[in-house]
Amino acid sequence: MTITTPSPYGQSQAETKPKLSQLCEHCHSRKAQIKRPKNLQKICKECFYEVFETEIHNTITNANLFHPGEKVAVGASGGKDSTVLAYIMKLLNERYNYGLEIVLLSIDEGIIGYRDDSLATVKRNQVQYDLPLEIVSYRDLYDWTMDEIVACAGIRNSCTYCGVFRRQALDRGAMKLGISHVVTGHNADDMAETVLMNLLRGDVARLEKSTAIMTESKGSPVKRSKPFKYSYQKEIVLYAHYKKLDYFSTECSYAPEAFRGTARELMKNLEAIRPSCILDIIHSGENLVLKPKKQRTQFRKNAKAGSKVPTEMEVRSDGSVSLTSAGFVDGNTCEKCGYLSSNKICKACMLLEGLEANRAKLRLEGDQSFVGAAKLTRTLENLSF
Amino acid sequence: MSVNIKLEFLGGLDVIFNSERYHKVTVPSTNASTPLILRDLIKYIVDNMIKDPKDIEVFIENDTIRPGILTLINDTDWELEGEEEYVLESGDVISFTSTLHGG
Repeated sequence: MTITTPSPYGQSQAETKPKLSQLCEHCHSRKAQIKRPKNLQKICKECFYEVFETEIHNTITNANLFHPGEKVAVGASGGKDSTVLAYIMKLLNERYNYGLEIVLLSIDEGIIGYRDDSLATVKRNQVQYDLPLEIVSYRDLYDWTMDEIVACAGIRNSCTYCGVFRRQALDRGAMKLGISHVVTGHNADDMAETVLMNLLRGDVARLEKSTAIMTESKGSPVKRSKPFKYSYQKEIVLYAHYKKLDYFSTECSYAPEAFRGTARELMKNLEAIRPSCILDIIHSGENLVLKPKKQRTQFRKNAKAGSKVPTEMEVRSDGSVSLTSAGFVDGNTCEKCGYLSSNKICKACMLLEGLEANRAKLRLEGDQSFVGAAKLTRTLENLSF
Repeated sequence: MSVNIKLEFLGGLDVIFNSERYHKVTVPSTNASTPLILRDLIKYIVDNMIKDPKDIEVFIENDTIRPGILTLINDTDWELEGEEEYVLESGDVISFTSTLHGG
């Protein structure tokens, strides 16, 4: 919409058009400052706060995420999403009387120059929002820090280790606090990105599960949920910016996951052309239901013959051992650590085993060479002669 | 006529600007008869402020601000202000926030 007004200065000043600002399409009284990616609505700051907060409240109530008296841990990294999540959870809990007991839960992966700084942000948030904070570290849980893992296994696989360990660490931290519900700051962009990645990889089993707002499993006492499932990254960043929330923004010092990065770029480019595509991808993911797998008939013959089907075990190339030939069993736990796993031994235990085998037998007294390995690598990369 | 602009590089973007989040710049006029617009400012930033040429693609893609970077003109979404055609005024605060970092 363009509004043209005759210039009061006449023809000579035609280029310096007076700046016209549009009014908020919501309250029709203040200057519009935001164009919502969801519906292209132009709204003012005050209306944006209201709409943003109310939509999250609606997401929470429509999905029945919480019940009164529930203890909930907010997975807090110090980044923008989890900082806004902690703020919003506290706000909505008080505004709508959810009756929740909210705790901040952080994971210390042991990455000098990255996680130590972001944890400082979480500690400030703890004071700003007056919420209790619990930090669990890879060092305590696994006896390895990410810096040590990278020094031992190289930088290339860092995200694999970190991702597998973090998932467990959040659960274990929650269990330590007697909490069975962890909320995370995953937003609509993250979810659409995951749907795209699973689609591109042909990972149909994950594709179906990737849009669930809450994930529960029989084997784990801790459930996860994503109240920001329908919230755009752009709006979360704007909210943090306008509310002047204190968040940490530095890329992890280890290599980013290449495939996710490419999927993210693709999505950002799509969003620039058609902003609603993020919600559209989620919508597609939600409505995608796979046909149940057909039982293989050749095994039936054995069963008919009266003898029990010999329990088959598949040993995969990475050394993991599958449970049965039937595949995924919900609620299975790792033989070693008792954590939820879709294999005999969980991924974390397998990775740890590999690491232990390669751990230096001898260590120089007072050796600190692995501390901040990533930071050092970065510095070396940037050297030029 | 040149204009004085306050620049903010947030959300981790400061790394390509000497790790400084806030900058004050004076954008010199190129042509006396045409007013300076945001496109001129972007060109000014790329030509004068990004030290390492490799960092340009962090900020620019296809000759415009890279998708995923949020641009605000005096706290208003630049999409509402005409994007690159916005006519700069002295005293404007232009902020660029990367939304691409982990949460």
